[in-house]
Amino acid sequence: MTESIVVTNVSKQFHTKSGDVQALKNINLAVQDKEFVSILGTSGCGKSTLLRIIGGLETSTSGKIECHNRIVDGPGVDRGMVFQQYSLFPWMTVSQNIEFGLKQKNIDKDTRKKIAKKYVRLVGLKGFEDLYPKNLSGGMKQRVALARGLANNPEVLLLDEPFGALDMQTREVMQELLLNIWQDSPKTIMMVTHDIEEAILLANRVVIMSSHPGEIKEVIEIKLGSKRTFETRLTEEFLRYKKIASEIIRSESAKIM
Amino acid sequence: MVKTLSQSKASVTDKKHETEELFKKKDKKKKSSFWKKVLVPQKRIPKKVSLTLSILSFVVIIILWCSITYGKIVGSMFVPTPGDTLKAMGTMFSNGFWSDIGITVYRVMAGFLIALVIAIPLGILVGAYSPLAAIFEPVFSFIRYMPASAFIPLFIFWIGIGESEKIAIIILGSLPQLVLMIANDIRNVEKSLIEVSYTLGTNTFDVLWKIILPKSLPDIMNTIRIVLGWAWTYVIVAEIVGASAGIGFSILQAQRTFQVDSIFVGILTLGIIGLIVDTLLTFLNKKIFAWNF
Repeated sequence: MTESIVVTNVSKQFHTKSGDVQALKNINLAVQDKEFVSILGTSGCGKSTLLRIIGGLETSTSGKIECHNRIVDGPGVDRGMVFQQYSLFPWMTVSQNIEFGLKQKNIDKDTRKKIAKKYVRLVGLKGFEDLYPKNLSGGMKQRVALARGLANNPEVLLLDEPFGALDMQTREVMQELLLNIWQDSPKTIMMVTHDIEEAILLANRVVIMSSHPGEIKEVIEIKLGSKRTFETRLTEEFLRYKKIASEIIRSESAKIM
Repeated sequence: MVKTLSQSKASVTDKKHETEELFKKKDKKKKSSFWKKVLVPQKRIPKKVSLTLSILSFVVIIILWCSITYGKIVGSMFVPTPGDTLKAMGTMFSNGFWSDIGITVYRVMAGFLIALVIAIPLGILVGAYSPLAAIFEPVFSFIRYMPASAFIPLFIFWIGIGESEKIAIIILGSLPQLVLMIANDIRNVEKSLIEVSYTLGTNTFDVLWKIILPKSLPDIMNTIRIVLGWAWTYVIVAEIVGASAGIGFSILQAQRTFQVDSIFVGILTLGIIGLIVDTLLTFLNKKIFAWNF
């Protein structure tokens, strides 16, 4: 198996008025090609910062990040990102949003249209192609953002609390959608979340982070098979994983309080 | 037996009172709930209601105007009647007021367009690139606090009282405002849009033209609309200080000959032109940038 993302000794310090804050301390992590890794942690543990550093949107204080053996020193098309706040381009229609990255790659119009059509269908937005983002619900917006990220075919997809702004029902639907997409055509995905069930249901591995300083506390291999469905979360194994993760998270939260 | 009957009667009337009281309370409740419904901060009201209220406010002003003039509360020396004003309007327009309007509009447009040609690219660059902001922003902020009208004597001294002086005043008045406000419009583009575009293959040059500019265009258009309104005030001041034609000049002329009704016509004309231009630009903005509204 080849390694997709390799994080080596990454630390990050923020300088604030009340002194330096160690956001990340000695993070070491290797993500395999086509692996789905969830990064789970309480708010403020630096999990989003880690993802942003991998995405090249922030720099680390020390350590290095490699993506397919290339040193990361800024954002790039090999690492697509989906944010919690959708970040759709409001002046573009749904299909224009999805085609944006392809257009940047100078892919011809016909191919672009074909690819966009495929991803529109994949995320279940057929019939909404020509709408502007303002006319979409939160869940639909996030479908577009996901399609936009996927259509560009990055080597790694980085998801920063992608369903955090959605209501419970929509979130579950979106989790199932992402699960199906990933099972149909596996892709390296790193997802930051604070939702324990979401982390376990979707991932091959769950990385649990602790805070102050942000460190990797535990890595749990999730062996729920490759044919997961929504019902998987009712199985005994799933609940066992949930119990383990919950206990670690709880001890972390208690530490902060 | 009798006693109980009267008692029961009394209790019945009591009940009646009670129910009446209850109804009254309900009525009160209805009233207060109406106000509660309407007076909610930032709550939208139906378009028809909004339009009716807007028209009503003009009607009230006209009624007040009529009642203080026709009711002889204020002398016609100071406030002309609506009738006299209309009459003055008729004579002014048949005596070449159109050309005054034309000249004023020309001055504003010429000055404002020149200001726009410089301010749009400069504002975009100042908003996008911090070194340029560091160079230009303090200077323009400083100029902004010096009223354009204070420069009129200096400009007359330098340029004379021709068209170029008026146009220069408008440029001086609107350019710094435009640059600073457009720079802010540019800066208001969400960081996450820029970040996500980087992960989709834009470079630092692309991002300005493909993300920041299209996102801020409706705001820039709105800035232009607001500053154009200010440009109107500068041209009038310039025309009042030294000109031989224009709306401001006619207002000054009317004052010299005690024609208060003509002053009213001049001011009203300015208001009406301003309102038309503003409405038109707002309409255009909503039409062109439908995705934003």
